[in-house]
Amino acid sequence: MRLEKCWFCSSTVYPGHGIQFVRNDAKIFRFCRSKCHKNFKMKRNPRKVKWTKAYRRVHGKDMTQDSTFEFERKRNRPERYDRNLAENVLKAIPKIDKIRVTREERHHKNRMKGKKEKLQKEAAKELEQGISLVKAPSALQKDPFLTLPQKIKVSVSQRQSEDNAMEE
Amino acid sequence: MVQYNFKKITVVPNGKDFVDIILSRTQRQTPTVVHKGYAISRLRQFYMRKVKYTQQNFHDKLSTIIDEFPRLDDIHPFYGDLLHVLYNKDHYKLALGQINTARNLIGKIAKDYVKLLKYGDSLYRCKCLKVAALGRMCTVLKRVGPSLAYLEQVRQHMARLPSIDPNTRTILICGYPNVGKSSFINKITRADVDVQPYAFTTKSLFVGHTDYKYLRYQVIDTPGILDRPFEDRNIIEMCSITALAHLRAAILFFLDISGSCGYSIAQQAALFHSIKSLFMNKPLIIVCNKTDLQPLEGISEEDRKLVMEMKSEALKTVIGQGGEATSDDSVLLTMSTLTEEGVISVKNAACERLLDQRVEVKMKSKKINDCLNRFHVAIPKPRDQKERPPCIPQAVLEAKAKEAAEKEKRKTEKDLENENGGAGVYSMNLRKHYILANDEWKEDILPEILDGHNVYDFIDPDILRRVEELEREEGIRQAEEENDEFEIDGAELTPEQQAALAEIRKKKSLLIQQHRIKKSNAESRPTVPRKFDKDKQYTSERMGRQLSKLGLDPSLAIQRMRSRSVSRRGRKRDRSPEGADGGDRMDVDGDTPGKKQRLSRSRSRSRSVSRPPHEVVPGEGLKDSAQKIKAIKLAKKSVKKRNKEARRGEADRVIPTLKPKHLYSGKRSTGKTDRR
Repeated sequence: MRLEKCWFCSSTVYPGHGIQFVRNDAKIFRFCRSKCHKNFKMKRNPRKVKWTKAYRRVHGKDMTQDSTFEFERKRNRPERYDRNLAENVLKAIPKIDKIRVTREERHHKNRMKGKKEKLQKEAAKELEQGISLVKAPSALQKDPFLTLPQKIKVSVSQRQSEDNAMEE
Repeated sequence: MVQYNFKKITVVPNGKDFVDIILSRTQRQTPTVVHKGYAISRLRQFYMRKVKYTQQNFHDKLSTIIDEFPRLDDIHPFYGDLLHVLYNKDHYKLALGQINTARNLIGKIAKDYVKLLKYGDSLYRCKCLKVAALGRMCTVLKRVGPSLAYLEQVRQHMARLPSIDPNTRTILICGYPNVGKSSFINKITRADVDVQPYAFTTKSLFVGHTDYKYLRYQVIDTPGILDRPFEDRNIIEMCSITALAHLRAAILFFLDISGSCGYSIAQQAALFHSIKSLFMNKPLIIVCNKTDLQPLEGISEEDRKLVMEMKSEALKTVIGQGGEATSDDSVLLTMSTLTEEGVISVKNAACERLLDQRVEVKMKSKKINDCLNRFHVAIPKPRDQKERPPCIPQAVLEAKAKEAAEKEKRKTEKDLENENGGAGVYSMNLRKHYILANDEWKEDILPEILDGHNVYDFIDPDILRRVEELEREEGIRQAEEENDEFEIDGAELTPEQQAALAEIRKKKSLLIQQHRIKKSNAESRPTVPRKFDKDKQYTSERMGRQLSKLGLDPSLAIQRMRSRSVSRRGRKRDRSPEGADGGDRMDVDGDTPGKKQRLSRSRSRSRSVSRPPHEVVPGEGLKDSAQKIKAIKLAKKSVKKRNKEARRGEADRVIPTLKPKHLYSGKRSTGKTDRR
């Protein structure tokens, strides 16, 4: 029993899930669910489909090369069973996992660095440009402090009232 | 070794059929169309071709016949004699000779007529020549007709002859009719010869095959022979005589002891003596058949004497061959085909004798020397009388013994399975024989999957070391990271600014939403001019609100707006402004209504008043009433003449094209076009 990787989205395919397609040249394509399978049938390139791991790796969103990936490698030659070795391996796997996760987080953080600054600059610019939507330039001249203007009441004219009176 | 297979001879057609075949082929395979207008050379060529073609065909077919029929002198004398006996050599040769002459004659005819055709001067003459040629050829063949018929019969009979190989090991069975020859051959071979109580049941030679010491023997059954002078013999007997004469075979002379064949032993002995010349140089065995009816011991003295005589004759042949004088048994044998006793021994004896004889002959011939030179069996010469048995070391013997014992003692898995309840109940522990560093580990279970990873992918003998390295590396990296954790915080926005920004964004999104709505129903939304203002979007209150939100004072703007609005004018609700209050009316900036208007409006309030034509409506685009009056006059003048002449005007219905093309031309996809 093995856990395989989906060819399209690179998620793990557990036993009992998904579909395997064998092409005439004996290449095997495994899919985790019908979404990936249908995308494959449409001949879509996973490197161009945003939500797949392949895309994320190619476009630098996720970590590509790391020594933690070297630990997990398909070995074709079986090793003779050794209890100590087995114990070590079983203990090592969660550790490796943890390190991999932290590294991925770090990668993400590095990617997102400088975002705050960028956002602030953008906000300032938007404010400067768009203030005229909220506060008239003349009001701005009077009060340059960007406080929003209060609502001014309009005085009702006499003419109006007279007309109303006449209508009766 | 030539296989005497007479089955492959092609069918010989009779005269008429022959002619038909050839002529029809000529007609089909040569061109048929010719006109007298063709060039003479072409005509001549046409007819010459036909003649030549016919001659060629005759030649081919006759040649095949002549070649395929065997020449009696060229084949084995046995077959030659047999065919002579059956078909008469002379007749056969004559027939073939006639065919040959016919062939030559046809060739000559063709040659002559072709020569004549070369000088044919008209179509008719050429045609006549060709007809004559073909006719003569066919006549020749018709004359040969009886020969063809005879040859066809011969061919059919020959095809049915048994395929006897004259050179291989053969056993020949001969004797009086009804003595049991055919029953014998039925017993030892797979041949199915007719066995009947009347004489001459077997009318021709029959072949069967039997095996002895891994060799195949031909057994030939002959028709019975009667004791007659040679000249009187009929064809059937002659067949057996021929076989006896020419085939180098072991001869089994059958004797009917009991006399139930209808002939006494004396008669049979007489026959034997008359044909014993044919038994020269051939292993002879005298077989006494039908011993179930009459055993050999029980016959009379005279008969016994006769039999002994025959035996002595037979013995002579044995001795004559140069071999040691064998016992009587191999010369005189008894058997009964009915009870099948002695049949096999007879066969064996015959085969043995034949084999010996053949081997001796071969040894004496020169050919064997070539073979013998190639064989050499080397046998080491014994030095002394000491016995030297094969030497097997003691250990090997012991090991062999032990292995044998072990094989019986060892408990197999199958036994174990049977003990513990059989195939369905017990399943073998596959881990029993694992070779591990520590035997305690045999029953260990290792998980295959852990946390979404395959454990087998991680197995590595030095995984510990690598993980340690990894952790160290990670520690270093984390330390580095902590050092440069601080990010430069840019200028943050004040709360006011944030509020303003939020407001801006809200306004923007609102605008976008509105625009989107407008865009989405642009096609179905009616374009109504602003003055009708269904949703009351363009009211002064609204304007005031919007302006005040921006921080401007809207009061002035509202006032101005109000003074200009149409509703202020109040067309319908026109009442005398002086009416009630007199002059107490505020003078609005803008147009004061003229005197006339005021006067006109000073009529009673209850009736609605239509607007006089000279009154200028704001929004029309005319300056004052004078201009409007002039405009009206101009308009009226332009139309006056036309109206007086009752001509078609602008408002009258006009058909721009009286005969539009699309209605008066073209085909319809469905329906008729009779009505247009």
